[in-house]
Amino acid sequence: MDDTDELGTGGLGTGGARRRSHGPLEDPATAGGYGDHPRRVGFFTDTSVCIGCKACEVACKEWNAIPDDGLAFTGMSYDNTVGLGANTWRHVAFVEQPRRLGRQQAGLVTMDVPAETAAQARAREPRSLGMPAPGPPDGQVGTARDMDFRWLMASDVCKHCTEAACLDVCPTGSLFRTEFGTVVVQEDICNGCGYCVPACPYGVLGKRENDGRIWKCTLCYDRLGVGQEPACAKSCPTDSIQFGELDELRERASRRLGQLREAGVGSARLYGHDPRDGVGGTGAFFLLLDEPEVYGLPPDPVVTTRDLPSMWRHVAVAATALLAGVAAVAAWKERV
Amino acid sequence: MDLWERLGSWPVLRQLTGEDRTGRAAAVKSARSASLTARTATADRVVKSVCPYCAVGCAQNVYVDDEKVVQIEGDPDSPVSRGRLCPKGAASLQLTTGSGRVHTVLHRPPYAREWREIDLDTAMDMVADRVIATRRRTWEWESDGRRTARTMGIAALGGATLDNEENYLIKKLLTALGVVQIENQARVCHSSTVVGLGTSFGRGGATTFMQDLQHSDCVIIEGSNFAEAHPVGFQWVMEAKARGAVVIHVDPRFTRTSALADLHVPIRAGTDVAFLGAIINHVLANELYFREYVAHYTNAATIVGEDYRDTEDLDGLFSGFNPETRHYDVETWQYEGMSVVAAAGERDEEYDRRTGGGSSVRSAGRSEMHGGAGMPMRGTPLRDETMRHPRCVLQILKRHYARYTPEMVERVCGIPRDLFAEVCRHLTENSGPERTASFVYAVGWTQHSDGSQFIRAASILQLLLGNIGRPGGGIQALRGHASIQGSSDIPTLFNLLPGYIPMPHAHQHETLDEFVQADSPQKGYWAQMRAYTVSLLKAWWGPSARPDNDFRFDYLPRLTGSHSTYDTVMAQLDGTCKGYLLLGENPAVGSANAKMQRLAMANLDWLVVRDFRLIESATWWKDGPETETGELRTEDVATEVFFFPAAAHTEKDGSFTNTNRLVQWHHQAVGPPGDARSDLWFMYHLGRIIREKLAGSADPMDAPILDLTWDYPTEGRIAEPVAEAVLAEINGWNADGEPLSGYTELKDDGSTSCGCWIYCGVYADGVNQAARRRSAEEQDWIAAEWAWAWPANRRLLYNRASARPDGRPWSERKRLVWWDEDAGKWTGHDVPDFEPGKRPDYRPPEDAIGVEALAGTDPFIMQADGKGWLFAPAGVIDGPLPTHYEPQDSPVPNALYGRQRNPARMVYPHEHNRYHPSAGEPGASVYPYVVTTYRLTEQFTAGGMSRNTPYLAELQPEMFCEVSPELAAERGLEHGGWATIITARNAIEARVLVTQRMAPLRADGRVVHMIGLPFHWGPNGLSAGDAANELSSIILDPNSHIQEVKALSADIRPGRRPRGPALPELVRAYRRRAGITERTGTEV
Repeated sequence: MDDTDELGTGGLGTGGARRRSHGPLEDPATAGGYGDHPRRVGFFTDTSVCIGCKACEVACKEWNAIPDDGLAFTGMSYDNTVGLGANTWRHVAFVEQPRRLGRQQAGLVTMDVPAETAAQARAREPRSLGMPAPGPPDGQVGTARDMDFRWLMASDVCKHCTEAACLDVCPTGSLFRTEFGTVVVQEDICNGCGYCVPACPYGVLGKRENDGRIWKCTLCYDRLGVGQEPACAKSCPTDSIQFGELDELRERASRRLGQLREAGVGSARLYGHDPRDGVGGTGAFFLLLDEPEVYGLPPDPVVTTRDLPSMWRHVAVAATALLAGVAAVAAWKERV
Repeated sequence: MDLWERLGSWPVLRQLTGEDRTGRAAAVKSARSASLTARTATADRVVKSVCPYCAVGCAQNVYVDDEKVVQIEGDPDSPVSRGRLCPKGAASLQLTTGSGRVHTVLHRPPYAREWREIDLDTAMDMVADRVIATRRRTWEWESDGRRTARTMGIAALGGATLDNEENYLIKKLLTALGVVQIENQARVCHSSTVVGLGTSFGRGGATTFMQDLQHSDCVIIEGSNFAEAHPVGFQWVMEAKARGAVVIHVDPRFTRTSALADLHVPIRAGTDVAFLGAIINHVLANELYFREYVAHYTNAATIVGEDYRDTEDLDGLFSGFNPETRHYDVETWQYEGMSVVAAAGERDEEYDRRTGGGSSVRSAGRSEMHGGAGMPMRGTPLRDETMRHPRCVLQILKRHYARYTPEMVERVCGIPRDLFAEVCRHLTENSGPERTASFVYAVGWTQHSDGSQFIRAASILQLLLGNIGRPGGGIQALRGHASIQGSSDIPTLFNLLPGYIPMPHAHQHETLDEFVQADSPQKGYWAQMRAYTVSLLKAWWGPSARPDNDFRFDYLPRLTGSHSTYDTVMAQLDGTCKGYLLLGENPAVGSANAKMQRLAMANLDWLVVRDFRLIESATWWKDGPETETGELRTEDVATEVFFFPAAAHTEKDGSFTNTNRLVQWHHQAVGPPGDARSDLWFMYHLGRIIREKLAGSADPMDAPILDLTWDYPTEGRIAEPVAEAVLAEINGWNADGEPLSGYTELKDDGSTSCGCWIYCGVYADGVNQAARRRSAEEQDWIAAEWAWAWPANRRLLYNRASARPDGRPWSERKRLVWWDEDAGKWTGHDVPDFEPGKRPDYRPPEDAIGVEALAGTDPFIMQADGKGWLFAPAGVIDGPLPTHYEPQDSPVPNALYGRQRNPARMVYPHEHNRYHPSAGEPGASVYPYVVTTYRLTEQFTAGGMSRNTPYLAELQPEMFCEVSPELAAERGLEHGGWATIITARNAIEARVLVTQRMAPLRADGRVVHMIGLPFHWGPNGLSAGDAANELSSIILDPNSHIQEVKALSADIRPGRRPRGPALPELVRAYRRRAGITERTGTEV
């Protein structure tokens, strides 16, 4: 356990250490009233092997018949879909970094790698990729190898939080927790009120303009029901997006992180894997090669409904006080 | 639903009575959510298919419900793709069922301003009439006193996106009609691969297969953007990396491939021969080559004739150069003691004498015959097994590359010496008995005016390091269309017949015997060429092909020089070629000098375009760039245009051959919509109608078409020809009509019939072997029972070389095929690429011919000497050894030799095809920057299958150029703004992407800036933009006729390009400023 904590993966059974605002969280499906339900599933997106091909974006759109999203050249590296929203449920971020490369160890965890070759791989020195400096400090034109460079790519998706604020604030019951522990908008219920949109700490949800309703990743709820993996994970050419039971994915991610750390990739870290974080851990979590902000992810997301219970308690106190006051006044009036 | 049930489903009641007290889960699950199911689970059927985009050949499952395709996704059973798809493959559903397709036949009469709809039957009839009429009008029995029996009035382009069966019918029908100008995308993409690999090893395909990359200890990706252009294949590089391999990406740009590599080596575009030559020098000078492999399996010990002079002696020229004709006489390159009877050989000399200099055989792309086999040779070459003789190949190689030093690499390529040393270290440390390294390339190597030599350079290096024929080694050629390998094997190419048998040349081969005698070697498997040729003629002309009429050999039209697609453009401009069939290719965007492509089409009598949608090549007469500039007026354009909607891969049966020679069958899922038809349907019915119209004709020019075997069974409402019947013909049968099981069964007496000898066996036992789909999980890593690979289902070519000369594996770790003494045969994981029972110690008798003449230690069985060719004594007509020349348009002088450009390149001077002055010449500074063109993951080739597919178009929505911050500063380019890029051919505009991924390089003491241009765009479609090919010129590699579009020069300036007549005026002003004339850049 100590080892994994050092690697930052967190323990899986320590959620009780922190006071929960609501719900027993390690098993949201049971809490949701599903008696005999499948194990919780999710995504582990290992960005260290992402090639930025966007197969996930397209496979998601094809399966879910999501409308296309406009033809705008953004100039944001190779990212022209900008971010998650009603019409983009998987989104690949591209980050060009003029900085030292911590060597990407892009192995596939499913491979049975002989110990000897793996050791050889680890023994290799981190090295420069030989790219130019951003500007010529001395007025001279820089050429290749003046500095280091790396190009980060990462496929983002709805996090399917353990503590999902979108679900808390939905007044219609459109957003619901499935038996797989995922969070899904029900298109036959949603009235487009939009409360969930600002509630999401990641900015995942969006309203579809010509439709008025809210849309987001369903983790392919329909496919899960028939034992098929989500479309994005199925298409991913390098297995950067891995689908599976969350417990197993967390173990896999922890092993992968260990591998990368051992290989000297100090910048590698997991994001969203920790049940003790502000959203109780996410169903879709990531291995990143830099700070979350670099990828456009909030560094310390908190379920936006965290303070609701205490707010309600305060309201209750105030209401009680008010009622008491009213009663006192009434009683006083009665007397006079 | 009764009242109680309805009440019970009320969420509030469920919340109050159930476990979900907060009403956020089970209690609020809606009726729809409860009844949701996946359409993949409820589909009526799942049809096995193959992705129609690139040549990785990812397997697809097509889900059909109620006779509609409802979903397409990867097939997890595939050993190649393992169920994965890239964004293009994942968009197949939208491609095939989306709104981007046209479903009706359109006709544009001459001079009309608009299309009109006509019915399919009428259109077919009209096209048949035009083919017949044009053929009659342009028929040519003789040219220059020699029989040609052909028409130069009709040309066809396209085939790499089509099935093998479709290519077969195109070639068969058009050849029978006397058409020789039959070409496809393979010409402009990988024709130089066929020359480079074919002359070096004997076959013009990748030497290995995708999955084998995982066994590599060092993967050098150079001339390829593997991760972006072939994402699903790239998973095997990642597997290699996970197993400890070093991945190196040598590329002018830092791409998505570089991002995943251990080492990115920026290189100036077009200087790879200097880089590879320096590694060869490093390997030779430091004795790092695999000595035993080199001594036994290559021609290193062979002695070259006395008259050979190297570029060392002649400052960048080899002996035999004729500056008048720009051709080499290859006589002096030959081995001592052996006269090379090359495809050209003495007959070439004869032709030269008789025509007074037009060396037409050489320009006829004869080198590509090596796609199937090596150069024919006779005699026995002298060898010095110690490899010390000054004229032995190894010593010549040492001298030739001595000047390719790390300093020179720094100066020419812009690669620092320590980085170069690191590449050398990784490569050599990972080569030898215990380890193997592989090279991966694509069109970054092929598309140069000496492209064949780029591939030759890598071949030499891999032979020296002993990396050919061994697991984890090899040269992986990544091809970019679903069946571009197939359309080379069953060629819709002017210079080849199926199976890389050369198209006969006028007067070169009067009779079948002379033809075979001239082209067939005495040794190796090519010795059976007569059997292959006779069987092909039997397949085409059936009972009419008899021994007494030379099996109708004279029915084949003859070549008189180069009839490549670029020569066709010239022939269209000069009015020789009047009719043009475009079969899934879009030259108005995708071919070099796009403007000339369109102007050529504007000079046609008729044009047939078959595609999914109205591509630029179909609409240039009404909305092309020249109508905007006023250079063309729609009402003046006489070209009659037919548009036929094409069927998608899901709508027809057929096979694609992937980049590793794997023939994979895709099954029809649904019928094609509206007037859409397969090319099999189109060619079959076009042939049927033409034959009906010509029936009874006694004109001898009609005999080949009337005698043609053209009785394919058809089925269904639309009378679709049965594709499997065509495959069966390709495979061939014996006199009893029984399917053949391999090409060794072919006979030269007319008792066997075979449409393509290298595909013989694909229909063995009457079973469609290409349709085999035994799951990868149920097989070893070779997965021999998934589909079928030519030749003979071998996956890793030349695998005899994976064993020592004595037949034992070089090492346990790299074991693949070995000699089993007890069983007396070769065995192993793969099908041995060798005579099964030939002992390793077998030595041929002196007078042996054919396969018997190969020793038990000759792993390159298609080569006439059984050896891998470090030095090519014939076959590569611009030099026996790769030599660095600068690209045609280059701002940098050639630091290695006095010759700036490849002296033997093919130049096409024309008012619309002007070349630039190069470094040191006046005016060179007008075009000071290097341009390189490339693919993006999100788009596909000329855009026909991606720019109108919304899910792909939105991912890369506009044409852009990539420039470094330094260049942006130098030219005032604004990120996100517009830039205009200008060459002597045309000018285009593009959005500006300023990125540090573009690195300025220091070459020859100066900073060289590069401009990156994706080539996918054109003016039509959802995502539109200027085409990069407006800028490129027609300048060709002499071996393969491939154009140079990977390195050229240009100027760039901020802002959008001018509109209207101001655009050509801008281009002219630049030309004037640079002092460009018709002679500029055409010097030898």
